[in-house]
Amino acid sequence: MLTRIVAATLFALAALSARAEDVHPSDWQGVLDGARGQTVYFNAWGGAENINAYIEWAAGELEKRYGVRLVHVKLEDTANAVATVVAEKAAGRDTGGSVDLVWINGENFAAMKERGLLFSPGWAEALPSWRYVDHENKPTILTDFTIPVEGMASPWGMAKLVFFYDSARTDEGTLPQDADGLLEWAKAHPGRFSYPQPPDFIGSSLLKQVLLEKVEDPSVLQEPVVEKTFEEVAAPLFAYLDALHPVAWRSGRIFPQNYPAMKQLLADGELDIVFAFNPAEASSTIADGELPDTVRSFTFPGGTLANTHFVAIPYNASAKAGALVTADFLLSPEAQAKKQDPAVWGDPTVLALDKLDEEARARFEAIELGAATLGPDELGPALPEPHPSWMERIEEEWKRRYTAGN
Amino acid sequence: MTKKGLFLEGVTIALEGRVLVSLTCRVAPGEVLTVMGPSGAGKSSLLAYLGGFLEPAFTARGRALVDGVEITALPAEERHVGILFQDPLLFPHMSVAGNLMFALPESVKGRAERLRHAETALAGVEMAGMGDRDPATLSGGQKARVALARVLVSEPRMLLLDEPFSKLDMELRQQMRMLVFSKARESGLPVLLVTHDEADAKAAGGEIVRIGE
Amino acid sequence: MLTRLGPLITILLLTGPIAFGLAGTVLPAFGFLPVLGGMELTLHHFRTLFSQPAILTSVAISLTAGLVTALFSLGVVVLFVAGWAGTRLFGRVQHLVSPLLSLPHAAAAFALAFLIAPSGMLVRLVSPELTGWERPPDLLVVHDPMGLFMMAGLIVKEIPFLLLVTLAALPQVRLKETRMLAASMGYGRVAGFLLGLWPAVYRQIRLPVFAVIAFATSVVDVALILGPMRPSPLAVRLVEWMNDPDLSMRYLASAGALLQLGVTAAALGLWMGLERVGRIMCIVGVEVGVRLRRDALLRGAALLAMGLAAGAVFAGLATLALWSFAGLWQFPDALPASFTLKSWMRALPRIAAPLYTTLLAGLLATLIAGLLAILCLMREEETGRRPRRALMLLYLPLLVPQVAFVFGLQLFLVYADLLATLPALVLAHLVFVMPYAYLALKDPWYAFDRRYNQVAAGFGKGRWRRFALVRLPMMTRAVFAMGAIGFAVSVGLYLPTVLVGAGRLTTITSEAVALASGGDRRIVGVYAFWQMLLPMLGFGVATLVPALIFRRFRGMQV
Repeated sequence: MLTRIVAATLFALAALSARAEDVHPSDWQGVLDGARGQTVYFNAWGGAENINAYIEWAAGELEKRYGVRLVHVKLEDTANAVATVVAEKAAGRDTGGSVDLVWINGENFAAMKERGLLFSPGWAEALPSWRYVDHENKPTILTDFTIPVEGMASPWGMAKLVFFYDSARTDEGTLPQDADGLLEWAKAHPGRFSYPQPPDFIGSSLLKQVLLEKVEDPSVLQEPVVEKTFEEVAAPLFAYLDALHPVAWRSGRIFPQNYPAMKQLLADGELDIVFAFNPAEASSTIADGELPDTVRSFTFPGGTLANTHFVAIPYNASAKAGALVTADFLLSPEAQAKKQDPAVWGDPTVLALDKLDEEARARFEAIELGAATLGPDELGPALPEPHPSWMERIEEEWKRRYTAGN
Repeated sequence: MTKKGLFLEGVTIALEGRVLVSLTCRVAPGEVLTVMGPSGAGKSSLLAYLGGFLEPAFTARGRALVDGVEITALPAEERHVGILFQDPLLFPHMSVAGNLMFALPESVKGRAERLRHAETALAGVEMAGMGDRDPATLSGGQKARVALARVLVSEPRMLLLDEPFSKLDMELRQQMRMLVFSKARESGLPVLLVTHDEADAKAAGGEIVRIGE
Repeated sequence: MLTRLGPLITILLLTGPIAFGLAGTVLPAFGFLPVLGGMELTLHHFRTLFSQPAILTSVAISLTAGLVTALFSLGVVVLFVAGWAGTRLFGRVQHLVSPLLSLPHAAAAFALAFLIAPSGMLVRLVSPELTGWERPPDLLVVHDPMGLFMMAGLIVKEIPFLLLVTLAALPQVRLKETRMLAASMGYGRVAGFLLGLWPAVYRQIRLPVFAVIAFATSVVDVALILGPMRPSPLAVRLVEWMNDPDLSMRYLASAGALLQLGVTAAALGLWMGLERVGRIMCIVGVEVGVRLRRDALLRGAALLAMGLAAGAVFAGLATLALWSFAGLWQFPDALPASFTLKSWMRALPRIAAPLYTTLLAGLLATLIAGLLAILCLMREEETGRRPRRALMLLYLPLLVPQVAFVFGLQLFLVYADLLATLPALVLAHLVFVMPYAYLALKDPWYAFDRRYNQVAAGFGKGRWRRFALVRLPMMTRAVFAMGAIGFAVSVGLYLPTVLVGAGRLTTITSEAVALASGGDRRIVGVYAFWQMLLPMLGFGVATLVPALIFRRFRGMQV
């Protein structure tokens, strides 16, 4: 009797897992059916309330429309989710993993792809909403930090390095025009500039921006780091930092933990120039009452770092169907338009407006970007991200040089 | 040989090999045996032994029988040994009647019937109509009388008295002695009284055993 | 026999997770972690550990934090008790400080940060009028490299703890008589207490003091909020390594955890050295007969330190509450330009799940801990033994640094596929709630007049009925108080929640600390408010419910 129960259970489990393995967006109805009743653990950085609130909204819609329960696992660092999947693979847990969907790009995406930790073959380009995606004009959607995406992650939003200042305190005419100008500005305004302590994503991004501007031959950054030449290539960056730190906030003895902490310092008047990866960030924080409405944006005429952020599904996710439905919903014109609204989040869309129908386009056009947000034409050129190995290597070097600060 | 009453047969209590009490005696129903001795002599251990609460550190030999039943072979709750301490120890979370109903044997069925029993017992110690009171609001003498009524309604096989009068003032003490001993006689209970007050022993009128001297 | 199982289960619950956890930490530290292919024993990971940048600075910070926190908080408590015990003021301060005991460490740290940051409440209150500062000064106060503010954050939380354990030990010495005796010989209050009573009191609170040292040397949440960042204290770096996507960092983290164990042990060792110095000073003091008749200054300083510690936390909490309702609030305004419920409205839907987990884990852990504590106490009474060694065992979870064994425990939970499940979380919390539950019940348990039991047995009531109908009702207040303490401990747990909940089961505290990295003061304000509210609710229930149940009986009102 007992053996029969066990056998039946095993059979049922096998059937379940077989079904879970079989999902692919080419059979979308099958995905929708499989997703109903699933719980999707969405591992996403949880340090910003407006983003958390947006995910909360998405969870509500997903429950209502598709019967998918979305749970936001708030991460301090996306690397933690990668670590979880790595640990599960090491422990032989190839199904029933605890991460269903992860917000990802750059080094984490590269790491997961390289280790075969992603749901494959490519599924993103088979999602129903893919047909709206602007992959023709936004190359970072197909190539993330020099790594081909190959449909193993679905684009979620666009990011570009943008600086903010309070026009009530800082005169527009004095703003720096490039990395060198920023250093000069910092020397003229000691204690009023800083950057989040690497390996914070935003902080590391500033290091990459400086490296891109200062490096002799930018093309080496498109290839993996060559250890032999690293020191030489990175030398201008660290010379820059050595000059910056003495005039930085708290004399470079401590750094803000991340962007929101830096934003708070701008609000408090401790910093005068801060920067983010979301061009509409200032407008959305003004709308939240966290920053005064005199805050404005600027970028460097020579270009700033730009990339795309994605959602990806681990190879051992428990709720793959649910994760696919979630990824597709996040890509839908409705969700993308809401996301781009500075009053909600202000994250630029990955969709092409000319691929949308009348009604969807109207949604985007109705968005009030606000005085603090630069229009798409004012954002300046986009600089491509270096190969992810540069970020890792630079962070490591930063730690080596500056961990013991006083 | 009559089987009625309390019979202590070779009761020996020792602590770490040192014998504190060694006793063989008989107490007839309604009679009082008074055990006297200085503090630390083992009076309380004797009571604890009979009540079934001897600390594990003590060792005891011998046996005690009441009306032919070997109580020392029974767990504490089946011995039905009524105890009065120097404090009335009324349960503070029950009313006066509640205290009595708690003590009443389960054979008395039905709430109304149990309450009637309790009220009757209270009347027997001149506390009629006080059943609803919070024990904390009673005077010292009243508390002592409720404690007596409570132990009597529990229909014990015998009574153990652990210096029950020592905390009462002179006048009350005399009254309570009379009341307790007369009630015990009325109910035909063998009584073992532990005290260091000679007046208690005199009032009890029974045999006196001195220990630890 | 149920009671026989009590101590057995308790010992297993306390030592099991710690033993397994330590094993899961020690083995990888020496290179043994089969899942990652680590099969050979090697010291390589220790070499890597010691080649980490500024690792010795991290060690030094942790070590100093442990000793300074203990020395300072104990010092304030001793001088305060010595100088003021028995006065009316003492009672008032005691009432003021007691609620802080239930406040989670993280909330106290937030409170302090909000108060003393360069853009914090204190500077705002005096700016720009007194300071001329239109902008926050560029001063390195919070996150200072030496960790002074981290230690301050720890001290304000440990003072109430040590004060309470000292108060619990006081009834066992003859405070009043000794003071009169000492005064008659011409000793001042402080000297009389220190020379006459302190050695006996200290013996009783020695383990709690050790627990303070162990906690302060290995704290993570307070260090994240107030501690140095370049480099961070050892425990913070361990957690970073543990969370590194590169799994081979687990070896390093485990080696680091072992180092942490060593650091804590070293701190305890150094403390025992200090104890010896203190003992000699006491002996010399007695022999010389130091009277210290004019100790008003010392007494004043102790009172001031006590008041400052409590006052800072309360002012910080008020600031936190203010931030949670703030609209735009620019420097140097002392009040927000506008008030809004927006932060609360936005946080509330997302707070529901962590709130539920907090309540469930807290209540379950407390319930189980309470039951086990009662069974253990019953068993002790049965056997008549009150084992000293068992007490040491109870303190084990408080003496072994959390990071050192929760890591390894996490590994086992991953294998058992129990990570991030409620039973695992409850178990992890139980390990830390159990000691407090036992300690909270022990005194009232032994204070119970056992003659009530004998009286009830005489009425034919068996042991379980005696327990349920007599002892338990009479101990209602103590049981509820134990519940409130256990619940507060559970609410405040950070590291075990983060590691065992693995981000999927979150509590108010783990969420609050995670949000702290986001720096959004309004939302942190909301979460810290809940952190403060939950334990307070617990104590409110513990006060009101017994009073309500037994409102008719004066003997039950205390």
